[in-house]
Amino acid sequence: MKKLTAGQAALYIALAIMAVLVLYPVIYTFFMAVMTPAQASAYPPYIVPHSLNLANFIQVFDLVPVGTFVGNTFLVSAIVMIGQLVTASMAAYAFAKMEFKGKALMFSLFVSTMMIPWEVAMIPNYLVIRNLNWLDTYQGLIVPFLATAFGTFLLRQFFLQLPKELFEAAKVDGCGHIRYFLFHVLPLSRPALGTLAVYSFLNMYNSYLWPLLITNSDKMRTVQIGISMLQYQESTSWNLVFAGISIVILPSLLLLVFGLKQLVRGMAAGALKG
Amino acid sequence: MSELDNQLSLAIHGKPTAAVTYNRTASLKKMRFRENVLAYTFLAPSLFLFAIFLFYPILKSVYLSLHSTDPTGQVAAYVGLDNFKELFSSGLFWNGMKVTAMFSLLTVPTSILLALLLAALTHNLRWGKRGFQFAFSLPLVLAVGTSSIIWKFLFHPSLGMLNYFLGLAGVAPIPWLVSPEWALLSVSLMTVWMNLGFNYIILSSGLQGIPDELYESAKIDGAGAVTMFRIITMPLLSPTLFFVVLVSIISAFQSFGQINILTSGGPMDSTSVFVFSIFQESFINFRFGAGSTQALMLFLVILLLTYIQFKWVERKVHYQ
Repeated sequence: MKKLTAGQAALYIALAIMAVLVLYPVIYTFFMAVMTPAQASAYPPYIVPHSLNLANFIQVFDLVPVGTFVGNTFLVSAIVMIGQLVTASMAAYAFAKMEFKGKALMFSLFVSTMMIPWEVAMIPNYLVIRNLNWLDTYQGLIVPFLATAFGTFLLRQFFLQLPKELFEAAKVDGCGHIRYFLFHVLPLSRPALGTLAVYSFLNMYNSYLWPLLITNSDKMRTVQIGISMLQYQESTSWNLVFAGISIVILPSLLLLVFGLKQLVRGMAAGALKG
Repeated sequence: MSELDNQLSLAIHGKPTAAVTYNRTASLKKMRFRENVLAYTFLAPSLFLFAIFLFYPILKSVYLSLHSTDPTGQVAAYVGLDNFKELFSSGLFWNGMKVTAMFSLLTVPTSILLALLLAALTHNLRWGKRGFQFAFSLPLVLAVGTSSIIWKFLFHPSLGMLNYFLGLAGVAPIPWLVSPEWALLSVSLMTVWMNLGFNYIILSSGLQGIPDELYESAKIDGAGAVTMFRIITMPLLSPTLFFVVLVSIISAFQSFGQINILTSGGPMDSTSVFVFSIFQESFINFRFGAGSTQALMLFLVILLLTYIQFKWVERKVHYQ
């Protein structure tokens, strides 16, 4: 390895400062999470915790049903993820590998839905969900998000890249569309399906506005709503709030460590479409 | 052999050939029909969901925007274009536009330039690259809900860390979220941080896609860092940059969570961006008609912005 030049040293120092600045809100969260109540509300504030009060992580479960929040969110996100994989891969297969009347029209219909800001549909969707008596239920959180135009587009691009000869060969073996789809296309498309899975899971895990509108009991709250409701509680111990936040962001951080590659690939694919 | 001859001679005679082709076209037709049915079966789940939760709502929004509604959301009366007239004359639309435009101007260029700088600086690192990549893409996985709560504490006027650090540096405390002059700036600061992860990842992978040989040969030709950036990086990165700008502007116009948690649109409507105003009108004041009117206007504005970018900006984008 070459010696570090002065310029490189300066670069590393600058980057390190930037990294600390970017990471600071997260570091702050973990620091607050292990402070005692007195430390958390002291002035001048403690920059670094002077104790390791791990009991916070247990006490926070008494303050708010963090377990329920996380459980709800995982359930909803997992079902939406699976649902999106099913609907999007089926639609994508039809667009990529089948010939049918009105294909161009249907495809432009799908693509056009990507242009519609979701907020435009929000009010009528709320009314629909209310009329179905689905307010404050899992169905209400899940069903509106089971289809995805972006996911369909992503998978279609991938399916199109599969070699044509593969289908010809399968056809000779008497393989129809359904079998070809289930036993050849899907197993070959694991990378693309993985990307969509991570993407849709993260999207649901982090969604805010829709759960805010349609949930109103602690039993149904998702993580993001439950945590942000903590700010309204009187006499809250902030160290416990931050212990709750730490628990909630942990899965996301793990996802970043293990799923960064998938995520980058998915977003790069999104970039190509633009 | 003779059988084959027979068949061949038969085929020449016309009638049976017609039968064969007829059969073949019939089965082909049947196959085509089957493929059509199957294709639409494959599309059906998505189409069904889009119809209920996207296409119908758009039409319903148009319908609602022409009506007044009672607090339960039932249509009370046809009011024609009154909702639109009120939206424009009350200044609600223009205030929303002004705040949202300011918010976009404060967040989009800053976040993209910062991300571009960091992506360029970390691109050629020999060691520690993964660590820095992790740090700079981290905000991506943090949701708007939790991020906003964390920042609300950082912004706290007396106990917040930001003012404490400023105090250490000898700067007077800033009324981050509580003064109309600072509120939008504060929310923007937090949003720049939040969007950094996405922009950094996209721009990094854009830089990754530029072949190193181009830089090598430019270096041999005696080009400096700035020249290389101008004639190699910028043109080749322009499609990625275009995508990031497009997505950033659209998402700036759709921002809601951080506003709702940090400032609730205040103080004095100084942070009342478009979507917050829709939310307030529909789900706090329960005026679904007026809310739908705003939502439709938001749709038009986003459509217009997207159109303008494709029409004017994309011409400068260099596609390979």
